[in-house]
Amino acid sequence: MTTPSAPLTAPRTVVRRRRPRTPLTWIRGGGPANLLFLLPLLVVFGVFSWWPILRSVVMTFQRTTFVVTTWVGFDNFTALFRDPLVPTAVLNTAWFALLALIFGYPLPLVVAVLMSEVRRLRGLFSALAYLPVVVPPVVAVLLWKRFYDASPHGVFNTILGWVGIPPQPWIQSAATAMPSIVLEATWAAAGGTIIIYLAALTSVPPELYDAADMDGAGIWQKIWHVTLPQLRPVLLITFILQIIGTAQVFLEPFLLTFGGPANATLTVLQLIYRYAFGSGIGVDYGKATALSLLLAIFLALFSLVYFRLTRAWSQN
Amino acid sequence: MEPELSRAAVEDSGERTAISTSDRRRPGIRFGLGTMHLVLLILLILWGVFPLLWLLKSAVTPTQDTLQTPIAIFPHGWDWNNVVAAWTQVGIGTQFLNTIWVAVGSWAVQLIVATTAGFGIAVLRPAYAKVLNGLVLGTLFVPGVVLLVPLYLTILHPPVLDQSLINTYWAVWLPAGTSAFNVVLVTRFFNGLPREIFEAARTDGAGPFRLFWSIVLPMSRPILGVVSVFAIVTAWKDYLWPSLVLTNPAIQPLSVRLPNIQSQTDLGVFLAALAISMIIPIVLFLVFQRLFLRSAGLGGAVKG
Repeated sequence: MTTPSAPLTAPRTVVRRRRPRTPLTWIRGGGPANLLFLLPLLVVFGVFSWWPILRSVVMTFQRTTFVVTTWVGFDNFTALFRDPLVPTAVLNTAWFALLALIFGYPLPLVVAVLMSEVRRLRGLFSALAYLPVVVPPVVAVLLWKRFYDASPHGVFNTILGWVGIPPQPWIQSAATAMPSIVLEATWAAAGGTIIIYLAALTSVPPELYDAADMDGAGIWQKIWHVTLPQLRPVLLITFILQIIGTAQVFLEPFLLTFGGPANATLTVLQLIYRYAFGSGIGVDYGKATALSLLLAIFLALFSLVYFRLTRAWSQN
Repeated sequence: MEPELSRAAVEDSGERTAISTSDRRRPGIRFGLGTMHLVLLILLILWGVFPLLWLLKSAVTPTQDTLQTPIAIFPHGWDWNNVVAAWTQVGIGTQFLNTIWVAVGSWAVQLIVATTAGFGIAVLRPAYAKVLNGLVLGTLFVPGVVLLVPLYLTILHPPVLDQSLINTYWAVWLPAGTSAFNVVLVTRFFNGLPREIFEAARTDGAGPFRLFWSIVLPMSRPILGVVSVFAIVTAWKDYLWPSLVLTNPAIQPLSVRLPNIQSQTDLGVFLAALAISMIIPIVLFLVFQRLFLRSAGLGGAVKG
């Protein structure tokens, strides 16, 4: 992806290697200037990315309090396996991910395919679809919290009343809380996926459609046999990105329900947050990093298996 | 890639989709397409505009009306005091400036890190640049959740400095610079610039700084625009991280402050505060629509 165009420069480096490398040749060769340019990267990534990533691995085997840090072996992991909230959070997160796939995965595809047939005012259509993505997530969540007002005078309940449906509890009941959260999350995210699909749709080679026309294919056949197979690579990517994103869902359940009612919307990331920063349970950085690491390892393995399984399928 | 092509341009470009031009001439399909477009447009308006218009309306509606008849349009007149109270009493004005400050600082740090790193990796190419590039790419595969706690502890006790960065904007700005995505985008763009120009500049005696400032940066405006949009939008949206490191209400941005004031604030005033927080991103989007949508499409392309 970022491989430098080697052929021109390669012979020169071979010549340079034969000379002895001393600090002086390094300075003459522009070494200090090179280093100066890469310094912001080294400092910022080193301190705020690479070091914390290393540290997270170390911390899972430690107990850190404000005063002392002690090695505790696998105690953090055994504590996790004993905590009944862990399976709750894992199941809730899986439920969220599944609902997000059902609500949010086919919808942008259908809308994008329909929008690609629009010849006039395409910009308007794109802008309308993308508008919710521009709303700051916190504002969107707090706005939807108002929509989900469970009283008969709530926004959604008023609209349901017009068609004779009784008021729903929305985020107040354990059964409907998660679907309500997913609905909000889908509203907030779908526009971005639609734009990605639209970009992919414009790069479908026109010859394929022309050829399908020659063969007398109907519109639906063309969509099924030309459009969708051409979108397959991008569909595979958005799928795994959505899984990785939903596995780390935090903001929506945290602000809409705070994990309630009765932990029905407690997600893995909220549990990590509770371990590390939440009041009540107390500060337990070791347990929090251990759970983070487990989640990261799971996602890495999942992606690996996913790409293995779909490799043959993604190359048309 | 350009979603905003005018009708004529679309027809001229030879761009085509499942429905061919001859299909379009058939009356049945023309009618079906027209109906489909109309239905889609109405649904998109309900989806994209209705919630936002409702918020704007409720921001200037008396609280009791919003509670009792949320869909009715101004049954008992307006209440502009909501907006005034939100800006002055609730202090949204301060939070608004804080948000801008957070966004500007994050943008500057991200731009500095991404451009200098891209220049170092793609143009100067010292031997160790490949290693650095690999390490940057590696962080793309580490989910954000892993960083949460150790990064918080790093901010609490940063190396070298003997002072916690909690409740300083540096705690948000510096970690914002670790966007591997930006570095990848910029490096890739710099790699695509013609190297003959660099060689010519070097023979004319331009040093690396001159090369960076007067040649590479001016040639990179498109990608700098994309990175800027990403940087500002991300900073404006972020909640979890700033809520952890900016605990002092006086310096918190809107996203952090809004959930906290919710319970003690009159509903009308609160909705006015929400509407104010939404306006700048929406206006920025409407003005720079093309850039936003191109960035969004590009996001998919690069992640792919």
